[in-house]
Amino acid sequence: MNSVMSFFRVTGGLLGLFMETLYWCKAAFRNSDKVFAQLYIIGNQTLPVGALIALFSGGVLALQAGPTLAQFGLEENVGGLVGLSLVKEIGPIMASILIAGRVGSAMTAELASMSVYEEIDALNTMDINPVRFLVMPRFIATVIALPVLVIYMDVIGWFGGAIVSVVNPEIHLSLDVYYRNLSELVDFVAVLNGLIKAMFFGIIISIVCCYVGLNTKGGPREIGSSVTKAVVMSFVLVLVSDYYITRILLFLNLD
Amino acid sequence: MERKIEESKTNGSVLSSINTNGANNSGGKLLDYLKCAAVGLRIDNINRSFGENHVLRGVQLDIDPGETVVILGKSGSGKSVLMRHIIGLECPDSGHIYVAGQDINNPEFKKNHVIAMVFQSSALFNSLTVSENVALYLREHKIFKDEAKITEIVSSALEIVGLEGKEDVMPSMISGGMKRRVAAARALVMNPDLILFDEPTAGLDPMMTRTMGDLICDLKNQVQITQIVVTHDIDLAFYVADRIAILSEGRILEVGTSEQIRGSTNSAVLDFIKPQFE
Repeated sequence: MNSVMSFFRVTGGLLGLFMETLYWCKAAFRNSDKVFAQLYIIGNQTLPVGALIALFSGGVLALQAGPTLAQFGLEENVGGLVGLSLVKEIGPIMASILIAGRVGSAMTAELASMSVYEEIDALNTMDINPVRFLVMPRFIATVIALPVLVIYMDVIGWFGGAIVSVVNPEIHLSLDVYYRNLSELVDFVAVLNGLIKAMFFGIIISIVCCYVGLNTKGGPREIGSSVTKAVVMSFVLVLVSDYYITRILLFLNLD
Repeated sequence: MERKIEESKTNGSVLSSINTNGANNSGGKLLDYLKCAAVGLRIDNINRSFGENHVLRGVQLDIDPGETVVILGKSGSGKSVLMRHIIGLECPDSGHIYVAGQDINNPEFKKNHVIAMVFQSSALFNSLTVSENVALYLREHKIFKDEAKITEIVSSALEIVGLEGKEDVMPSMISGGMKRRVAAARALVMNPDLILFDEPTAGLDPMMTRTMGDLICDLKNQVQITQIVVTHDIDLAFYVADRIAILSEGRILEVGTSEQIRGSTNSAVLDFIKPQFE
């Protein structure tokens, strides 16, 4: 019974925070300095790691699929396979996991620490809305940064796949054939599909991480528990929602 | 009215004395900005429970404008919970709190009155410098459009709490006592009707405890602001209080001046205020 109540309380809390954050987006321009500060933090924390992950993910996709396709004489399709896999699924999921693990965890830790050490109370006593001051800039920055990170990782992933396709003797594809096939199969709708997913994942990660952080009570030990809880919850919600978003996009002929 | 702050070397006071010629004095600029309209407070039969734990049991207390009242009680007696009710962070199960005759839970209250609080943990924002922490309220509420005016008020507040020159220091680089004083400066620039201090000397060394005590006394004497200090530090209570309220198990046992409390016949009050080591 307690876990049922807890489920409804958390769901209600997440939706409530999401609605309040949307309301405070009206103050985004006035708080643009805070949004840019968050964008800088996200970029700083994710771009180098994102490049590394994407390069090797693209490479491993080509490495796994290339030799098998080559057995059937279909190796020229490696570019399209790597491109579509990255654009539609692997890119948004990888970028989301990276953002949740690196940025979301830091968000939760920071807000949890502020809750535990009475800084959120201090904001309330100063009549400064914590959602406007703390959540809204993180929300907007994540929703903007995640699709941008997806495009960045897609491009580097394609490049990783190209290197493996050219260098690996079992595939041995020319760069020209790889990119011709990639550009034939990866169209604007496919890219849009990944960006829509990334935007939703950005909403989920920022709201979950901020909600868990703001609702941390107790001492320093609870800060660690909150970080774990927020990251796990973000991963689960991203992966579950991925299925439903894909279903909706298929229904809308955007897949 | 002209004011001036002079550093008092004789009594170790931080804010020291304010006289009436402050044109060239940075501290005086804050004092000119402060409205100094002291307000009274009425706590009317507040009750609050957390589950089975009945923390506040019909707390009743009247505080006059400009008065400094210390709420003294042992740990777990409900002092901090009472403080959180006064600042509006908690709502009572029953009862009301009135500031200047207006219920603090009335939506109109915040438009007319400001209550500031100096938290036990100081609650400074670690990502902001000392001056940015102090200026936060002024900037977020756009009290002044002129950034130079904000800088002036912040410098003057830091001078009043004895932290001039620390504007660009990060909170992580200063001591607990300094953090407490930055929090006091942050509370002052809010131009409050009422300042609450939650355990202002907890975790501080005797020198810093004295400094905090002096700061509270100076605010009382020079700014005439209404103050409530919650503490279990008996020495501090007798040093700064106009009146002391003894809180025990969620009830006010006795309210009176330092002399009245010392002369109390209530054994629970005497047990609490007697020296711990004789």
